[in-house]
Amino acid sequence: MAKSDYKGIWVFAEQQNGKLNGTVLELLAKSQELKEHTGEEISAVLLGKNVSHLADTLFAYGADKVILVENGALENYSARPYEAALTQVAEKYKPSIILYGATSLGRDLAPRLMVSLNTGLTADAIDLGFDKDEVFYQTTPAYGGSILAHIVILEARPQMATVRPMMFEPIEPRVGAKGEIITETVTVEADPDYEVLETAPKQDTGDSIEGAQVVVAGGRGIKEESDLTALKELAELLGGKLAASRPLVDNGWLPHEKQIGQSGAAIKPKYIFNIAISGSVQYQVGMQNSGCIISINHTKGAPIFDISHYGAVADYRSVVPALVEEIKRRKA
Amino acid sequence: MKILVFVKQVPDTDDVKLDPKTGNIMREGVASKLNPLDANAVEAAIQLKEKYGATVCAISMGPPQAEEVLKKALALGCDEAYLLSDRAFGGADTLATSYTLAMAAKKIGGYDLLLFGRHAVDGDTAQTGPATAAQLGIPQITLASSIDVQDGYVICDRVLEDSVQKVRAKLPALVTVTAEINQPRYPKPINIMKALKKPRFVWNAEDLGADKTRTGIPGSPSSTKEVLEPPKRNADTKYFSGSGEEIAAQIADMLHDEHLI
Repeated sequence: MAKSDYKGIWVFAEQQNGKLNGTVLELLAKSQELKEHTGEEISAVLLGKNVSHLADTLFAYGADKVILVENGALENYSARPYEAALTQVAEKYKPSIILYGATSLGRDLAPRLMVSLNTGLTADAIDLGFDKDEVFYQTTPAYGGSILAHIVILEARPQMATVRPMMFEPIEPRVGAKGEIITETVTVEADPDYEVLETAPKQDTGDSIEGAQVVVAGGRGIKEESDLTALKELAELLGGKLAASRPLVDNGWLPHEKQIGQSGAAIKPKYIFNIAISGSVQYQVGMQNSGCIISINHTKGAPIFDISHYGAVADYRSVVPALVEEIKRRKA
Repeated sequence: MKILVFVKQVPDTDDVKLDPKTGNIMREGVASKLNPLDANAVEAAIQLKEKYGATVCAISMGPPQAEEVLKKALALGCDEAYLLSDRAFGGADTLATSYTLAMAAKKIGGYDLLLFGRHAVDGDTAQTGPATAAQLGIPQITLASSIDVQDGYVICDRVLEDSVQKVRAKLPALVTVTAEINQPRYPKPINIMKALKKPRFVWNAEDLGADKTRTGIPGSPSSTKEVLEPPKRNADTKYFSGSGEEIAAQIADMLHDEHLI
């Protein structure tokens, strides 16, 4: 099978309980650009049970076709039945590209397709495109985020990637747009060896950084865990939340839900303070759309200053406690 | 119970230098360490061993110096160590890596539970765990924030975007763990000494019976074509300066002007 025999851009239409994941519309939007380049049709691949009502939404947001795979074994997500079903339709239609949202579900499923289809899978891409050699590439931050890499899958097909949420804006919905629904039957059974025993909504600890108007984030340059007290106090004085870049989560000072960036949360607060954060690409993709960016770092050339509205080249230990006192004084 | 825990040696810094010719990571002269989340996977394995009894095998693919992380795993309480080392394994993407790790799991045999850290801090793909499960055709539980084994099942909590799940998978199964699952212990000096007497194996492609077209660069469909500088954005930054107190006062003035205080 020559690679030129593989045609079509597929978007995995992740849904749970009959509700599409937001990444699906983002991927359909980006696929319009890819289609302009290759002329290949965009298909949304929709797996589940009683999910055909989602097809209209998929057409409205840019799908040319919907490949609908309904089966009782696919009602709730489980890795092995989804792997089996998606493998069967991909082997039948041979798309050239399959995109998945880099969600917990997408990142659970896509690596299994990489193995079953014996192809490449780029993790958590922040952009996609075609380069000067007409090669489809996936952009990922590499080596601590000081550089970007273009990952390519030169020979194997389909070319697959999980794509980070919130990187692309969905298109304006095309009201009443219609396309072809292809109904596929697959041979798949529920997994007797995997069972979801309980599902509960996540406890809202009231400490979520998503949706916070003010965020004070600490990074690698924070010297001691106890220094976070002053950052937290600053956040609370401004009605905001404490957050962190990855090093402080990796070393266990703060839980993962506090992490901003590529492998954490993407946030857009009105104000963000970056304290002792150099500003890797991974970090920036999680906060670059914030309203007002204020950064304190002792290194003059730190990349975070390139995207900051306000900066101070200083030791945070001399500034943050003083700022806390100053705000308290002015509030008194 | 036999537990296989997969560990990776990663650079001990984000400030990694690239070979300007090849674009590859330059490992020479860079200190390395056990991938932090793999330390959580090792801790989970040791806790299960302490609770129920188990043989814990630590496995790493890498150059000869990757034996350092295996020695650490042994000092923490693992029983045996397997280093998968061969020039033919070099340059592997997650497909080739998962194939190689699965071949090692098959050769060791008799496994009940495979443990991985959720992701490695250098590659950050989080793909090798689920891909290895697929290579072995076994169920997986990703993003586990707790783990227990009961009646032939592994039971875990998973923390997802907006829900928490309790799931169970029949053994043999593969689990990837998050940092929340436990607090890794430190090795005791006496155990570091004892670790040197524990069985350590080094296997190459031939030992694994691996197809060399499926390992390393030949077995890797994906590759890096280009590396580039991130686009610089000029935000026209306004700088505050002076002593800590002076800077604090200027920031407070700005916050006041913005009606934040």
